[in-house]
Amino acid sequence: MNRIEVLKTYKMYIGGKFPRTESGRYFTLKNTKGEEIANMCTGSRKDFRNAVVAARKAFEPWANKTAYNRSQILYRIAEMLEGRKAQFIDELMQMGSTKKQAENEVFTSIDRLIYYAGWADKYQQISSSVNPVSGAFFNFSVQEPTGVVSVIAPEENGLIGLVSTIAPIIVSGNTCIVLASESKALCSISFAEVINSSDVPGGVINILTGNAEELIPHFSTHMDVNSMLYCGNDKKAMKSIKENSTTNLKRIVVKSDINWMKNDNESPYFITKFTEVKTTWHPIEKIGASGSGY
Amino acid sequence: MKDFKIITVDQVGIGDRVSRITKRSVKKEAKIHGLKMALNMIDLTTLEGADTVNKVKQLCYKGMHLHDSYEDLPTVAAICVYPNFVGLAKEQLKGSGINVASVATAFPSGNSSLEVKITDTKMAIDAGADEVDMVISRGKFHQGEHNYVFDEIAKIKEVCGKHARLKTILETGELGSLDNVRRASDIAMHAGSDFIKTSTGKISPAATLPVTLVMLEAIKDYYYETGIQVGMKPAGGISIAKLALQYLMLVKETLGDKWLTNQWFRFGASSLANDVLMQLEKQRTGNYQSKDYFSKD
Repeated sequence: MNRIEVLKTYKMYIGGKFPRTESGRYFTLKNTKGEEIANMCTGSRKDFRNAVVAARKAFEPWANKTAYNRSQILYRIAEMLEGRKAQFIDELMQMGSTKKQAENEVFTSIDRLIYYAGWADKYQQISSSVNPVSGAFFNFSVQEPTGVVSVIAPEENGLIGLVSTIAPIIVSGNTCIVLASESKALCSISFAEVINSSDVPGGVINILTGNAEELIPHFSTHMDVNSMLYCGNDKKAMKSIKENSTTNLKRIVVKSDINWMKNDNESPYFITKFTEVKTTWHPIEKIGASGSGY
Repeated sequence: MKDFKIITVDQVGIGDRVSRITKRSVKKEAKIHGLKMALNMIDLTTLEGADTVNKVKQLCYKGMHLHDSYEDLPTVAAICVYPNFVGLAKEQLKGSGINVASVATAFPSGNSSLEVKITDTKMAIDAGADEVDMVISRGKFHQGEHNYVFDEIAKIKEVCGKHARLKTILETGELGSLDNVRRASDIAMHAGSDFIKTSTGKISPAATLPVTLVMLEAIKDYYYETGIQVGMKPAGGISIAKLALQYLMLVKETLGDKWLTNQWFRFGASSLANDVLMQLEKQRTGNYQSKDYFSKD
């Protein structure tokens, strides 16, 4: 049958909605043969600003969900991704992967989501502590989410780069604004569709497409962003990010030269990069015959 | 009630004019100027059942010291409270040039006898209120008893006399149509209001751009007809700076510069001030701001 193929309009993902960029700009993605495959939004600082507002609003309810529930939701993302793996394999191949590479990337992404889903209610148990103190106090330290995190996702990978950075950030209760890979932006918005159908509340994950160089100053200066993850090797960008972060003492995490496909690069320590330690002093009394303190 | 023409409103036309305003953007110096002007027009408001002495003190302090690290910032125009806090607010604001506004007349419903409303108003004025925000009887208005509504406003105006300026709240969210808003505006102005005000802030929708435009048009017509200048106060739901600037554009284009002072235009708001401050800091530092660095009340 002769028919005209219906092509998808790739928009961005902000606050649980798919708006176009307010700037009206776009860039064209090409496949390895040099053919145009899609027009992507060139996100602007105002799109980022709107995303931060959405992420801030989503932060408290998300952080207040039980760890168990966040685990379920991450698992749900994996389920949805599994169901749409063919689409992602196809998109990765359009952006230059071989079939085998594409399959490998999609399967690793799904497994990585499951991996972090499993850590949701466990990472605190290995990273928190009961501290010995002198006096009648119960003293303990627990991990709490840092807040709103801005992310420059790895340029080299379309899907695994997004999954490997988003999952450990949101699993503890943070919310994030992610700038997807510019050259491999195609599946970032398809991944947003997966997120949108996975019980993730709007605003917890926001995905922008566009140019890193243009957006890094805003990602790093915004006073309502508490932490920033930069994946890349640009020394000049790293320097400016660190300088800009001093305005509100953002916690900066840099990941350079990482092969995200390797399982070495999934770790509970990646979760605790985006948490803060809260230490609590609690008065105690002797309970029962054993004289136990708490 | 005096006789005056009943005017109907072109709802589509109003919507169209408003939508053109919302598509404009104000940048750089004009934006800073507009933001400062908006700050200076705010009636910083707390009208909660849970208001306490310290909450009112805190609000008065905030009105006087909006953001001390920013030099040459104006203060707000007035602090708006319930009548029982007027004395306290007056004392706190002494020497600051900030007015005390008080709601009265069985705010927010207005469902009480005229005697009670007069007593309520007197109480606020005796305590030192510079401005009285009264509510109209919406029930009577809907029953067609426009004379009653008119007489009530006129009576409260008489009580206010030279002591206080009267702002009349139409509670447009309960009036049903723009035609009714126009009629209520005309009644309030002919009865002697110094200001007409959209809402109590207790009903949704509160102030909107279309309703405000209708009221501004009413003010314009009344001014041409009688030469008397009446002020405008949209209240409730205006919490972001961008929206405040759109209101200012509407005023400038409908009534002109003569109304662009806090003598003739006010915003009734509680959280608008902080958003305006955040935008001013953004303009000054170049960085988008966080609520974490601004006082809550």
